[in-house]
Amino acid sequence: MLPSPIVEELRGVVGRESVIVSPNDLRIFERDGSIEGALPDAVVLASTTEHVAEVMKIAARHKIPVVPRGAGTGLSGGAVTIRGGIALQVTRMRRILEVDPVAQTALVEPGVVNQELSLVVAQHGLFYAPDPSSQKACTIGGNAAENSGGPHCLYYGVTTNHVLGMEVVLADGSVHWVSGDTPDRTGLDLCGILVGSEGTLCAITKIKVRLLRIPPSIATMLAAFPSIETASQAVSAVIGRGIVPAALEMMDSVTVGAVEAHYHAGYPTDAGAVLLVEVDGTAESTRELMAAIAKVLDENHGYGLREAQTPAERELLWAGRKGAIGALGRIKPNYYLHDGVVPRSRLPQVLSAVGEIGEHYKLPVANVFHAGDGNLHPNILFDMRDKEVLHQVESAGEEMLRAVVELGGALSGEHGIGLEKAAFMSWIYSEDDLGAMHRVKDVFDPTGILNPGKIFPDDARRTVHLAGRTGLAVEAKWW
Amino acid sequence: MTSNFSRLSDDDLATCVHCGLCLDACPTFRITGLETESPRGRIYLMTQWKRGTLEFDQEQVKHIDLCLGCRTCEAVCPSGVPYGRIIEAGRADVEDARRPAPKRLGSRLALRQLVAHPARLRLAGNATRLAQRLHLTSIARSGRMLPRLRARYCPPEGNIAPAFGERKHRVAFLVGCVMPILYPQSHYAAVKLLQLAGCEVWFPPGERCCGALFAHNGDLKGAERLREANTKTYRAGSFDALVVDSAGCGAHLKDFYPELKGRVKDLTEWLAEVGIPAPQKKVKVRVTYQDACHLAHAQRIKKQPRDLIRAVDGIEFVEMRHADICCGAAGLYSTLEPDMSQRILDQKLEDVLATKAEVVTVANPGCQMQLEAGLRARGSNMKVEHVAETLMRAF
Repeated sequence: MLPSPIVEELRGVVGRESVIVSPNDLRIFERDGSIEGALPDAVVLASTTEHVAEVMKIAARHKIPVVPRGAGTGLSGGAVTIRGGIALQVTRMRRILEVDPVAQTALVEPGVVNQELSLVVAQHGLFYAPDPSSQKACTIGGNAAENSGGPHCLYYGVTTNHVLGMEVVLADGSVHWVSGDTPDRTGLDLCGILVGSEGTLCAITKIKVRLLRIPPSIATMLAAFPSIETASQAVSAVIGRGIVPAALEMMDSVTVGAVEAHYHAGYPTDAGAVLLVEVDGTAESTRELMAAIAKVLDENHGYGLREAQTPAERELLWAGRKGAIGALGRIKPNYYLHDGVVPRSRLPQVLSAVGEIGEHYKLPVANVFHAGDGNLHPNILFDMRDKEVLHQVESAGEEMLRAVVELGGALSGEHGIGLEKAAFMSWIYSEDDLGAMHRVKDVFDPTGILNPGKIFPDDARRTVHLAGRTGLAVEAKWW
Repeated sequence: MTSNFSRLSDDDLATCVHCGLCLDACPTFRITGLETESPRGRIYLMTQWKRGTLEFDQEQVKHIDLCLGCRTCEAVCPSGVPYGRIIEAGRADVEDARRPAPKRLGSRLALRQLVAHPARLRLAGNATRLAQRLHLTSIARSGRMLPRLRARYCPPEGNIAPAFGERKHRVAFLVGCVMPILYPQSHYAAVKLLQLAGCEVWFPPGERCCGALFAHNGDLKGAERLREANTKTYRAGSFDALVVDSAGCGAHLKDFYPELKGRVKDLTEWLAEVGIPAPQKKVKVRVTYQDACHLAHAQRIKKQPRDLIRAVDGIEFVEMRHADICCGAAGLYSTLEPDMSQRILDQKLEDVLATKAEVVTVANPGCQMQLEAGLRARGSNMKVEHVAETLMRAF
């Protein structure tokens, strides 16, 4: 609980209704899209940069943790207030401030929903490329904080490649612009450091993003494979030929079953795995590329190749892919996943390791992932009400990530380290590496109030605690 | 009073994986930016109540009250959370546990004592018409919301409207409770379209309110009683389909009347299935369409009404932004939660007016009343009409 004078101070900034301190209401804010949760002491809704700055000054004065929060769709616990403090909600800052169709840029507030931006700029023939699967709900601010990816990031690059500049509020409440209107970030790339800093270095209050022209022609193809191994070999083969599709996604049979139940998009439910391939460009180049890809897939045990014939059909295929993780709720009410990345050539090995781990623990695993990037999403499916299984889920998740690292991979492709993977950072980074990161953190946030307990391993927390209140371990308050 | 939340199903609640894809589909989340006013937040809250991991808090009832029940979240939810069923059960459980709220008790009383009884409702309709003539209804907000009442809809003699030309189908028609009083013209147009489509229309005598308003407001017992009475009535006749021209009623009949399974059809769904004859008249009008939540989301019918409207020669159809987001009417919501209802309506009107259409076509009386009142207050002369009326322009 925040002492009431501090609550009053906060209310003085954002208004009475925009500070939530009722303990029962705070429960609703204890989680994001991942499964661990912890109560904030207050939820504060900011509507302007000034609000964010003033709230930050109050927090700095009283050394209260601040965790910026968008839609709360993150998958690594980035928005979870693990040390309590203020959940600084930016969902009311959802204006698109300007769109410049000539420069192909937009200036947006952090609460703007990813897909909404693409819908609005479509009238100028433009789109915003990074497309996380949660784009219907997730915010551009959250995307920038997590350096989010998405299916089309294989070709277009992740969020940091599309952020030109940001207005940010630092831990002392000071407001700054980093970088600006052009794609060239001159001098020290501060914007590059802040994108993907997961709320540990700043709160983001405005984002200038790059927009791209909607390609004149888009082709989307579906291919079935007898197994997930053959499908991964096909992925390596495509990329090996020097072809980089706009997107190259894989789903295993478990996922396809769940997706078809809701979307009826025409995914083959009897296949061992399916690949969804998309290319774009001019009509001629997409035709040629798709023909080349089809040939490679065909040579690599692909069958039932089917190209979407209408935009509606294409959209439905994508809706199915993007809703895949949510659709897993049809099998079990909870999922636990790490988004490790491996070099593409190691996909077949890592996927068989994942399969074996699932079998060892007798836990169903659903794979749906950005195959072209080697970016895994093995979803371990379970029911949180079954307390017996929780420990096994944790161990299985950790072992899968261990397999990724042993094959030369990294801990996260796009979800961020957040809370879930902080304990594993030392697998990859030495004390020196982590020390260097700490020194950067100290520059931006010397008192450590910004999203504490994230990214950096915490000695007090060696393992992950699956929760959402049921088996929750809330850390002792540190302030 | 306390509740053990026995109507809420833990298995239904457990289908929510907390992914958050529903958030921006929720009108109250879009306005407040608050997780407590979002589907994921409401499900989380009800789950904790059900499992006893959070004590029931009177202050939190408002989060359940503020839900429109529009079920947009249900249509976008990949994991198939049956939100409509959850919120109906949750509301019924909450009614047992909450401290008495005069407005809600009043509405429950009005539903049970008035809406459930056709004769009393007719009397009330007549009284309201008289009051309107005397300009008495403008005093109250709910009075100002009402359309100018005409003579109520009366089914034809013998309760049968014959097919025009060859009889291809026999359908039952839901006259309903408030619709014949508020919007008789919709029913007249709907029945005529059915006749044109070769349907003999049967008006089941003794049919009462379908119970949708009851179920949506936490009175499942009241809804069950009406279902019992109506089911007997429907058993007495034979029909290919029960055609409904009010989206809220259609959704309720589909979900709540197992005996009618597969036979309840929204008017547009049915017309798209059986086909209507080629339009006879050429019209010239710019039309936009506002989805009814209980048609677009609960029944997943978005294409049929649009296709039917587009097929009319001379209609210039313009798609509205956010057409499938609630207008804030939501049954009794506009009366029970006037502030939020108005905020949602204000946003909706921006999108409606931006279409520069002459006519906004709707598929549900609640939407019609809400949009009419909103447009009236803005001094707009845009006309709101039922999809049946829009289609009848061509005949």
